Amino acid sequence: MHGRVQSPGKKVASRPNRWNRLPVWPIYVAGFIPAVWSFHLGATGGLGADPVKEFEHLLGLWTLRFLILTLLITPIRDITGASLLKYRRALGLLAFYYGAMHFSACMILDQALNMTMIIKDIVKRPFITIGMAALILMVPLAVTSNNLSIRKLGPKWNRLHRLIYVIAAGGALHFIMSVKAWPAEPVIYAGIIVTLIAWRGIRKPFLRWKRGPRSRVAAVSR
Amino acid sequence: ATPLKAAKGPFGTNEIVTPKKDATTYNNFYEFGTDKSAPSANSGKFKPLPWTLRVDGLVHKPRDFDVGELISKTPLEERIYRMRCVEAWSMVIPWIGFPLATLLKQVEPLGSAKYVAFTSVYRPDEMPGQRGLFQVLEWPYVEGLRLDEAMHPLTILAVGLYGETLPNANGAPIRLVVPWKYGFKGIKSITRISFVEKQPPTTWNLMAPNEYGFYANVNPEVDHPRWSQATERRIGEDGFFSSGRRKTLPFNGYGEQVASLYAGMDLRKFY
Repeated sequence: MHGRVQSPGKKVASRPNRWNRLPVWPIYVAGFIPAVWSFHLGATGGLGADPVKEFEHLLGLWTLRFLILTLLITPIRDITGASLLKYRRALGLLAFYYGAMHFSACMILDQALNMTMIIKDIVKRPFITIGMAALILMVPLAVTSNNLSIRKLGPKWNRLHRLIYVIAAGGALHFIMSVKAWPAEPVIYAGIIVTLIAWRGIRKPFLRWKRGPRSRVAAVSR
Repeated sequence: ATPLKAAKGPFGTNEIVTPKKDATTYNNFYEFGTDKSAPSANSGKFKPLPWTLRVDGLVHKPRDFDVGELISKTPLEERIYRMRCVEAWSMVIPWIGFPLATLLKQVEPLGSAKYVAFTSVYRPDEMPGQRGLFQVLEWPYVEGLRLDEAMHPLTILAVGLYGETLPNANGAPIRLVVPWKYGFKGIKSITRISFVEKQPPTTWNLMAPNEYGFYANVNPEVDHPRWSQATERRIGEDGFFSSGRRKTLPFNGYGEQVASLYAGMDLRKFY
């Protein structure tokens, strides 16, 4: 804590970061394991009585999980000071890849590429419309997930990527609307996502409060 | 599960019977939990026998039936029926049971009886889905049929499947099977059947009236508000790479037998 007092102008995010040392590529490798493993299980009869549905469901769940991990990077930094920003792009892209695989599984394995049926479902079924919209909204974020786009778009990049809140909320709603009644699992996912979005509203006051004593000490020592 | 002897019953089908493992480990019975695997995984503590089934209400002779005795004394039939879940999957199940009508006639319904109300079991000690802070549905589960539906020869009380007594997961010791309606009408582990004058409340209809009607007849034309009912996935038959879907048939393919029950009714209104 003394270190901070001596350098009051420094932002929390730019502290020397021991959490940043691992390379990014293992995230991608680990990230694809659930998809590969579920596919293997599905192909070998290990996904139960309704393997297609189960496979779709698992890909959907992992989409939500990666969205949640992506949204967790900021609150983790706010609360603990640990910056995992370096890994966020990989997590966000994994969410997009899983969303795309989820949709492909529905189209190919479930609907057997019956395009009339697929289009009708997307247009007529609110929960499918919402899921589809969330997936489409992920496309511009995935396309601009590179350093060049960040440089070129500048502040616009930040605004564009706030779409993730809409996407995550849409994903949670899509899950809730796909089931009967209110079973715990989709409600828990929605609760986590709502909390993470709500954090964006309270993080500034939180950070002010967190910095409060330090800035006061700093003012006195001057 | 103990072996049950049964004669071959009517209304059979040439379709491929769903593997027993799928029919007994993949189903909905929210009293044991909301996952499809929950009923088979969480029903070990449930004691289906001894069991009393009360039949009362607007009848001349209300009566308590000993279900163990019913199973051993009633002539049983095997009925191979399609089962269509409201979630758009289906199975073909060899039930063992007897027409509901044979039981209902024994209590001599009064002329004023227009509907039959069913009540399932409430045993939070044995049914984990009935315990805890958040309850998905109101217990006990209740269902109902119009009297003519209840007396229809297709409607059976099942006490077994695949040549054996019912597993706990599938509604032991006695459950309703109404093959032209969505699966949720087939109330499990029945404790009471009452003859009533007015349409009785039904659990899923109470939960979401715009999504689950009293009639719940299988109907590809009337979608669930959130998903299509036009097609279905046949469990066990279609593999991972050859899923496809089959068209759902009106009244689940039993239209020839039951369509007349609803002559003149707007099935979009009475869904």
